[in-house]
Amino acid sequence: MSVVKQDPRNSTALTGNEAVAQAMRQIEPDVVAAYPITPQTEIVQIFSTYVSDGLVNTEYVPVESEHSAMSATVGSAASGARSMTATSANGLALMWEILYIASGTRLPIVMPVVNRALSGPINIHCDHSDAMGARDSGWIQLFSENAQEAYDNMFQAVRIAEHPDVRLPAMVCLDGFIISHGMENVFTLEDNAIREFIGDYMIERSLLDVEQPMTLGPLDLQDFYFEHKRAEAEAMVRSKKVIQSIAEEYEKLSGRSYGLFEEYKLDDAEIAIVVLGSTAGTARYTIDQLRAQGIKVGMLKLRVFRPFPFEELKQALAHVNVIGVMDRADSFSSIGGPLFSELRAVMYDSETRPLITNYIYGLGGRDINPRLIEQMVRELADVQEAGRLNQYVNYLGVRE
Amino acid sequence: MALNLKELAKRPVRISGGHRACAGCGFPIVIKMILGATEDPVVVGCATGCMEVTTTVFPYTAWKVPFIHNAFENSAATISGVEAAYQSLKRQGKVDKEIKFVAFGGDGGTYDIGFQSLSGAMERGHNMVYVCYDNGAYMNTGIQRSSATPRGSHTTTTPAGKVRYGKKEYRKDLTTIMAAHGIPYVAQASVSNLVDLARKAEKAFNVDGPAFLNVFSPCRLGWNVPADSARDISKGATDSCFWPLFEVENGVWKVSYKPRNKISMDDWMESQGRFRHLFKPGNEGIREEIQAQVDQQWELLLKRAE
Ligand SMILES: Cc1ncc(C[n+]2csc(CCOP(=O)(O)OP(=O)(O)O)c2C)c(N)n1
Ligand code: SF4
Ligand SMILES: [Mg+2]
Repeated sequence: MSVVKQDPRNSTALTGNEAVAQAMRQIEPDVVAAYPITPQTEIVQIFSTYVSDGLVNTEYVPVESEHSAMSATVGSAASGARSMTATSANGLALMWEILYIASGTRLPIVMPVVNRALSGPINIHCDHSDAMGARDSGWIQLFSENAQEAYDNMFQAVRIAEHPDVRLPAMVCLDGFIISHGMENVFTLEDNAIREFIGDYMIERSLLDVEQPMTLGPLDLQDFYFEHKRAEAEAMVRSKKVIQSIAEEYEKLSGRSYGLFEEYKLDDAEIAIVVLGSTAGTARYTIDQLRAQGIKVGMLKLRVFRPFPFEELKQALAHVNVIGVMDRADSFSSIGGPLFSELRAVMYDSETRPLITNYIYGLGGRDINPRLIEQMVRELADVQEAGRLNQYVNYLGVRE
Repeated sequence: MALNLKELAKRPVRISGGHRACAGCGFPIVIKMILGATEDPVVVGCATGCMEVTTTVFPYTAWKVPFIHNAFENSAATISGVEAAYQSLKRQGKVDKEIKFVAFGGDGGTYDIGFQSLSGAMERGHNMVYVCYDNGAYMNTGIQRSSATPRGSHTTTTPAGKVRYGKKEYRKDLTTIMAAHGIPYVAQASVSNLVDLARKAEKAFNVDGPAFLNVFSPCRLGWNVPADSARDISKGATDSCFWPLFEVENGVWKVSYKPRNKISMDDWMESQGRFRHLFKPGNEGIREEIQAQVDQQWELLLKRAE
C-alpha cells in the first residue's frame, strides 16, 4: 500500500456526523438498520440520502426502535451481511439487552455512538454516560478526539471487529455536538483504498447457508455458558494486538498514526491528566499554556477503552507524581467515574504508585474550558506539593 | 393444487423428535405443519419461550433448518434483519437460492413484549411469515398471564382465590389487529385442523410481503389437562367459536370453519383445569358474560366475512 500524504486537496470541511456518514458510504455495509436520536440523527439521514440516490447498495431497514435496530443488525450480521447501526444515549440504553447478545454471539457489528447524556433528566448534550453504561457489554470501544479520528476509527473498527482473532462488535464513540456537529477539515481517503483496506465481510458460517444449517442463540446452561464467556473474554484480550497491527496498516494507508492511547508532553511530566474524547484538544492547549509557566504537566488521551490497555497505561504513567483522571460520566458508586476506578486499579500494583484522583466534569454538555482545566492542574500541583490526596473525587465546573 | 395430508406426509420433517417439550404439547405440531408447508429452504427465528428452550439445549438442537434465537421480544425484528441481509446479498449476486423466512413467538413474545417489534416488521413489509403459537400464558416462566390469556383463566399471576376468579380481562384480539396492518395475509389457525393450518402456512409463504399466522397451541401443563387432550381441546376451541378459524387475504375476510354444532363455552371450559374454579357456585355470572362475549365476537367475525 502506498502512503497517502496529507494533501490539503484531500481534505473537506465536514461535521463529525458527516464524516461518519461518509465513512459508512465508503464501507457500504450490506445492511444498515437504524433509528434517529439527537445528536446521531444526521448520520442516518445522510446515509438515507446515499441509499435514495443509489450511491450505496445497502439494504436500509428503518426500524421502529433502537431495540429493533440492534436486533435486526444481529440477524443480518449472522446472515453473512456486513451490518451497521448508529445511536446515542437513550437509544444505546434501549439496545442494552441486545448489546450483550451481539457480543455473546460473536457478531462483528460496527456502531458509531454519538455520546450524549443519559436521561433523566432528559438532556441531549455530550457526556459519556451512554458508552460507559455499555462498558461491560463485550464491545470494543474506540473513542475519538475529533471528526478526523471518528472517520479513521470507523474503518479500523470494521477490521478489528471482523478479525478472526477477535469477532466482537465495536463502538466508535464521538462526542455529541462538540464533534458530531462541529465543522472541521477532514482528510478523506479514496473509495477504492477503503474497499481494499476493509475487504469482504467473512464469517465462518451464515444463517443463509441452508445446506449446513446451524442453530444460533441456543439455551446455554451451566455446562457450557461459562466456557463461551471465557472465550469471549479471551477474544477481548487478543483484540489489543489486533487493534495495534490494524492501526499500523492504516497508518501506511492514511499517514495518520493511531495507538491504544496518545501521549502529549508526558515524557517529562510530573502531573498527568487522562482524558477521553474531544476534551483532549482543550487539554492540549491548556498544557501548552501551563508549560510556558513552568508547570510540568502532560496528557494521556485514551483511544481504546475496551479492551482496557492496563499494562501499557501502567507503564506510561509510572513516572508521574500525580494523575488527574477526567471522567465525563459518573458511576454513582461514590468512588468516582469509570475511567478513574479502572485506572486506579491498574496503578495499584505500579511500583511508583502515583497519587491518583478523579475529576468528573462536563455532564450534560456542561462546557469544559482551559480555565477549568487550569484550575484542575493547579489543584493537582497542590496535591503533588502536599504529597497526599484530599479526596478521591472532585467535581469540576459544577455549582455546589 | 392445495396441500393435503397425503402430500404433507411426504415432506421431510424439519424438526426432530427428542426435543424437550412436554408430551402432548401443541407447538411441535405447529412447527411441523408450518415448515412442511413450503419446499423451499427456510430460515427460522424464535423468541425466548417454551419453544426455544425445549428445542435448543446446547450442544443439541432439534432444528434441521438454520435457526436463530435472539431474545424474548425481538423475533420479528431479528428475522427482519435476516431477510434484509438476504435481499442485500441476493441483489449483489452473493446468494441465489429462493429462501423463506419464519419468525416464531409465543403469545407473550407476540401479544405483549414483542408487539412493537412485530408491528414494525409487518409495517416495513419484509418478506417473512410471523407465527404466533398461542398457548394463552407465559408457560416457560411458570404460567403467568398474558394479554392472550382468556378471561376467567387461572394463571400464577391471576390466581383464582377467595375473592378473585382468575384473569379479569378478555383476551386481546391480536389477529384482527394484525389484519388492520393491511398486510397481504393474516390468518388464525389451530392444531385441531392440520390441513387448514398447512394450507394457511402455504398461502403465507406464497404472498409477496409479510404474513401473520396466529395458531392455537395447547399447553397441557399450563392448562392442567391430560397429555392426550391437545386435539380435543383445540377442536373445542373452534367449535365453541372461542378460537374461530379465519383468514384475511388482501383485506378480504373469510371464515374457514363454521361449526355445525356450536358447543357452549361451559362445555369447552369444563374440560380444562385452568377454568375449573369458574364452575364453583357464585361464578355463573362470569361464565354467562364469557359466553356472551364469545358469541358477540363470532357475530362480528361473520359480519366482517359477509
Ligand atoms: C426481556 C425479558 N423479559 C422476561 C423474560 C423472561 N421470560 C422468558 S420466556 C417468558 C414467557 C414466554 O411466554 P410466551 O411468549 O407465551 O411463550 P411460552 O413460554 O408460553 O411458549 C418470559 C416472561 C425474558 N427472557 N426477557
Ligand atoms: S409447558 Fe406447555 S407450552 Fe411449554 S413445553 Fe410444556 S406443554 Fe408445551
Ligand atoms: Mg405462551
